[in-house]
Amino acid sequence: MIERALVGKRGYWAWMGVLVSVIGCGVLTYLRQLESGLGITGLSRDVTWGFYIAQFTFLVGVAASAVIVVLPYALHGVKAFARLALLGEMLAIAAVTMCLLFIFVDMGQPTRIFNVILYPTPRSPMFWDMIVLSGYLVLNAVISRTSLAAERDEEPAPSWVRPLVLLSIPWAISIHTVTAFLYSGLAARPFWMTALLAPRFLASAFASGPALLILVLLVLKRLTRFDAGKEAIGRLATIATYALATSIFFLLVELFTALYGNIPEHVSHFRYLFLGLPGGRTLVPWSWTAQALAALALVLLLLPRTRRREGPLVLACVSIFVSIWIEKGLGMVVTGFIPSPLGKVVRYVPTAPELLIGLGIYGVGLLVLTVLYRVALSVRGELA
Amino acid sequence: MTETVKEGRRRFLKLAGLGALAFSARKVLGKVAGEGARRWAMVVDPSRCRWDDGCNGCIKACHAAHNVPSVPDPKHEVKWIWKEKFADVFADQEAPHVAESLTSRPILALCNHCDDPPCARVCPTKATWRRDDGIVAIDPHRCIGCRYCVAACPYGSRSFNWVDPKPYLARVNPDYPARTKGIVEKCTFCVERVDRGRLPACVEGCPEKALIFGDLNDPQSDVRRTLRSRYALRRRPSLGTHPEVYYLV
Amino acid sequence: MRDGPKIAAGLALFLGLALSPVWQRVAAGRARQPEPVIAKPETRCLASREVMRASHMRLLDEWRQAVVREGRRGATDADGRPVSMSLTGTCLECHSNKKDFCDRCHLQLVVKPVCWGCHAEAAEKS
Repeated sequence: MIERALVGKRGYWAWMGVLVSVIGCGVLTYLRQLESGLGITGLSRDVTWGFYIAQFTFLVGVAASAVIVVLPYALHGVKAFARLALLGEMLAIAAVTMCLLFIFVDMGQPTRIFNVILYPTPRSPMFWDMIVLSGYLVLNAVISRTSLAAERDEEPAPSWVRPLVLLSIPWAISIHTVTAFLYSGLAARPFWMTALLAPRFLASAFASGPALLILVLLVLKRLTRFDAGKEAIGRLATIATYALATSIFFLLVELFTALYGNIPEHVSHFRYLFLGLPGGRTLVPWSWTAQALAALALVLLLLPRTRRREGPLVLACVSIFVSIWIEKGLGMVVTGFIPSPLGKVVRYVPTAPELLIGLGIYGVGLLVLTVLYRVALSVRGELA
Repeated sequence: MTETVKEGRRRFLKLAGLGALAFSARKVLGKVAGEGARRWAMVVDPSRCRWDDGCNGCIKACHAAHNVPSVPDPKHEVKWIWKEKFADVFADQEAPHVAESLTSRPILALCNHCDDPPCARVCPTKATWRRDDGIVAIDPHRCIGCRYCVAACPYGSRSFNWVDPKPYLARVNPDYPARTKGIVEKCTFCVERVDRGRLPACVEGCPEKALIFGDLNDPQSDVRRTLRSRYALRRRPSLGTHPEVYYLV
Repeated sequence: MRDGPKIAAGLALFLGLALSPVWQRVAAGRARQPEPVIAKPETRCLASREVMRASHMRLLDEWRQAVVREGRRGATDADGRPVSMSLTGTCLECHSNKKDFCDRCHLQLVVKPVCWGCHAEAAEKS
């Protein structure tokens, strides 16, 4: 079926050309990083995880949000999502691929990556993260390929696909929970050590995932003959609204506990994030922008007259996506390290090589998504 | 009467089971009886530390013996033992009216070789682990450079090699390996010396004997006798890591 | 097959070029042997030359496992003499001439042990 992605008009190949160039830049920059070490990033002894791991964390959320279309359809027969489940699974494949790539480029000794399999360590959340992410990738790949092949042959999917689909639902929850556990079990980092971290991750994932999916579906409506339909978009918007409200509520709850409890080492991280500390205010404008965008999106989505019109809906979805990308992709990881256990405030700004490599990985994700969607829509005869 | 197959099988299983039990019991009893059961610890006496004339004897001895690089960019610093302010090391002990003679001294910071080390808990490849004698070791051959341990350490004791350390070695100790970029390193309690009955380099390198090293399981060791006679602080004890570096006050 | 002769000629040329190391060895009678220089010929190694040549990497792996992961540093050799399991401390004490010993075989056989990066390069450069 993949041969269907090799046929296309000028616009398609131009897009692929852009993606391949971006990926190429990323690869060349990564070779430089392999040569000189991770020192070419903005990371430091005190801020040891940054852009790469933050993108990985954000994209796990996007991957998990495939469950938003699969669950209603598979468990509750929501017809509006029938045609969307496949697209959700393909988005998950692209997102998990990017997650694995971001982890890979962050490793100091990537040639030793198989040590994680050769010396399994069940006590380490990172071991479980590797298992659940790889498993989720395989699960979605098998489900989507088999379902699509069945559609092409105009037959029902084999009976063993349904148990796999049902499995993918708790599995999707687990990938983001295990990723949250990477952070929330560390007594050394009070900013992360909250039981609410996993629920926060899931809430923000279920807001940003559907927001992205709505945007992607609207793009598909422009470029192809695929129309998800008003009902599907409407339901996705509803889910995103409730999830966004929950996500904002969770942040407020965190703020209360930290600020009212007033334990210095808890307060200091929130202070750094929203007010800055002597030595650094890098994230302050970003945090307030994220919250402003979240508030704007919530208002647009709560009012029916803005939720139902495409223009404001697009604005709301872009706002949610950017807001949560800032919150998870910039704010969450770095703030855990500042101030350091010895009270140091160290500045972290991703360097150009770091951003180029990251951009290259996003290019890979978009490439995977383009190819998969093209194949799917071609099989369904809804290309153009 | 000859035994049936069933009886013979049962007899064999009993024997095998007893054998397995005896084997594991021997290991457990061996530990309890103190067979090879040592617990290394260090006591730091800041009052003896010759801080006011810029003495760095311990740091120089350690970093020279172990080929620890002097990386100029502070973001990429690699350090196994270094000096910090009292208020930063013991931030959880607000000490506003304690004598300045105590709180103005620099305090030596190093790996605490915790009894329940969070770094070893999170390492996905067991490249860092706690030995039976209490030393938290690193296997530089296995480390994949994920830096999860660096994130998990509540004391900031671990350094990552952001760049190739070799250009930043002023003098090389040929009897000890260097490291490569992309792996984590930290104080090892001089395991290569301790395993051969010697003292750590920092302890030997201190001209004022401000560092005391020994076996906590030996009631007559220097560390036990010192801890019996004087009160000692540990860093962030409420986190449950059970650090084994003690600071006399 | 009209182009048969051309294809055969092309194949023969390719095989000739690709297998040139084999032809060189045939012409020379035997393969070019690397000649490592023993720095201290009066001492004895842990095992015979044949055993060491075939298994020194496996020995070093076992030593690394014992020393780094199990904390065991001492062993005995085939004759019962005590041996410290250390590349730098034992092996390189006698074989101190890495360029004329270790590198001779490694370079010719294009073997690039990653080990040297930490266990020798720093000392070599200083």
